[in-house]
Amino acid sequence: MTQMTLGKALNAGLRQAMQDDDKVVLMGEDIGTLGGVFRITDGLLDEFGAKRVIDTPLAESGIVGTAVGLAFRGYRPVIEIQFDGFIYPAFDQIVSQVAKLHYRTQGRVKMPITIRVPWAGGIGAAEHHSESPEAYFVHTAGLRVIAVSDPQDAYRCLRQAIASDDPVLFFEPKRLYHHKGEVDLEAPLADAPPMGLARVVRAGTDATIITYGAMVRTALDAAAAAEDEGISLEVIDLRSLSPVDYETVSASVRRTGRVVVAHEASREAGVGAEIIASITEFCFEYLEAAPVRVTGHDIPYPPAKLEKFHLPDLDRILDAVDRVMDRPNSLSAAKEAQQ
Amino acid sequence: MSPQNTPIIDTENDLELTERIIAPDGRRMPNPQLDRHVQDIDFDALRDLHRDMVVLRRIDAEGIALQRQGQLGLWAPCNGQEAAQIGTGRALEARDFVFPSYRETGVMYSRGAKPADYVRMWRGEEGAAYDPAELRIAPLQIIIGAQTLHAVGYAMGIRFDEADEVAVTYFGDGATSQGDVNEAMVFAASYGAPVVFVCQNNHWAISEPVGLQSQFPLAGRAPGFGIPSMRVDGNDVLACVAAMRWALDHARSGKGPAYLELVTYRMGPHTTADDPKRYRSDEELEQWRRRDPISRLEAHLRAAGELTDEHLASVQAQADEMAREMRAACLGMITRPAMAVFDRVYAEPHSGLERERDEYAAYLATFEEA
Repeated sequence: MTQMTLGKALNAGLRQAMQDDDKVVLMGEDIGTLGGVFRITDGLLDEFGAKRVIDTPLAESGIVGTAVGLAFRGYRPVIEIQFDGFIYPAFDQIVSQVAKLHYRTQGRVKMPITIRVPWAGGIGAAEHHSESPEAYFVHTAGLRVIAVSDPQDAYRCLRQAIASDDPVLFFEPKRLYHHKGEVDLEAPLADAPPMGLARVVRAGTDATIITYGAMVRTALDAAAAAEDEGISLEVIDLRSLSPVDYETVSASVRRTGRVVVAHEASREAGVGAEIIASITEFCFEYLEAAPVRVTGHDIPYPPAKLEKFHLPDLDRILDAVDRVMDRPNSLSAAKEAQQ
Repeated sequence: MSPQNTPIIDTENDLELTERIIAPDGRRMPNPQLDRHVQDIDFDALRDLHRDMVVLRRIDAEGIALQRQGQLGLWAPCNGQEAAQIGTGRALEARDFVFPSYRETGVMYSRGAKPADYVRMWRGEEGAAYDPAELRIAPLQIIIGAQTLHAVGYAMGIRFDEADEVAVTYFGDGATSQGDVNEAMVFAASYGAPVVFVCQNNHWAISEPVGLQSQFPLAGRAPGFGIPSMRVDGNDVLACVAAMRWALDHARSGKGPAYLELVTYRMGPHTTADDPKRYRSDEELEQWRRRDPISRLEAHLRAAGELTDEHLASVQAQADEMAREMRAACLGMITRPAMAVFDRVYAEPHSGLERERDEYAAYLATFEEA
């Protein structure tokens, strides 16, 4: 086991994947000499050369579109989209081409492309640098969507994503790039949990918090705080947003009967809406209270000085827990104020 | 050079600056740039090119007929563009790989497509028309210009593999306005990718004339990306063969991408869903009818005493036979069972889709029980 940051774990994951399979090539803006703006590809150009670590022109559709051509030829491109908000120029190539070619050709053409996205907010960045576009891709058949939340998982999931014959949107919470944890670089990949599975990161009995990405840590903080008040919260890290592991989710909801879903992305037609709709279908009779979402607001991502009001924090999650627990909360307070 | 803002050419009408070998009246013209690429093409080879164009026109007519009879949902005619497609398609080597748009029926033909391949997608049976690995053609592309990037990526792979192959992409004049086509040229030039861009300027992007896409000859753009280009009479099949050989040689010899603008004309509608009478004149159509690629080659062969009525009749019989086979293949297609809609969305199991498939199977089963 080695202590390393999530960023270093991703770097190690890329290196291992490139050593394992010489068809793996990296593409992106500034990923070569600079090592990426977050240094996730640091040192890989020196190690693997310019044919495998490809600095590209500044054109996101061009990056994804040429990766499609490389995949046609049997390569396994791993793309870095420099920031979440820059993925939109590549949207057509991702949802119309990458996602659909396997289906259109009935499996004759495979698109084993991994699209890495430094993702979401909380780092005081400029406009277009803090977005949470995951719902667009969850909505698109043919894509898998992965969101990692700790160094060990990042290392393993990235290798699994690259090894997968399906295209994977791989969301990396940039707020956690410097977060450290134990990583086992030696364990065989076959022993790791498949990337489609959710995991219970904290066991509890009173309510389930379902979340992913950087919000996993916020949810764990909320669970620790709730414990002080005698409330036992279970926290689930979804890990995979397409598919969602409803076996793990439903098992937890059936135990606790109460659900809070938390994510940074805005609310309307977001991942939380989908998860709560599915939980309602699968475990309605087990629910003790209406599930509650804690999300970013339905606004453009706000300027850096205001982002703390947009991002769900520990207190907003605890308020939602109070709602599902039928304890005094912001909603009941508002109702009382009206009366 | 000082900034050049003045159009140097009437992009919609001027053909004088295109490269050609056979004039519209069938006369052979000397072309110092192109002649050396087609010295091996004798009258037998010319008759083969003629046959291919006649068969292609028949395939196209059958496609329209099948659509009008309700057998195809849509058809994208290529009537008028036979020389551009057969000429460039026949210049390819078997190992080259093509990334087409939806109008490249002639390129499919030149790569050995089977009768069913022309109709499978338009009939709605499968998302792609044929096996891409077998024909070495990517699935027909409907998103305008998206395939140009795929060709460039493929060509980057050819370069990494140090293979003796070329990637070729076909697109129309309308596509040149797309960001993807411009990004494709940037990437192609930056990586010296062995790719040939074939722009068939057929003058109309649905109802929008080429002058709306560009006030400058389309071939004139490529040099700005560092890509050599040629503006060719796209109704002269021999010039198309020659120019394509030049472009392929250039790419194959490691000099990077090349670009052709084939100036031609779409005689029919954009697709069978379109009515060109609303946006273009009979005079314009008549003007282009006089430049018909098949008549031109026939005039050339006849003047040389190399075309007989018997030969023409036998070619027409071949074309009719192809149309019969295509119709039979179309009418004989068997639609897959309902559950096939879920097949191969993913390469590996996806629990969400599996749940949905099971639900739908259970729903369908209720009809069987009733």
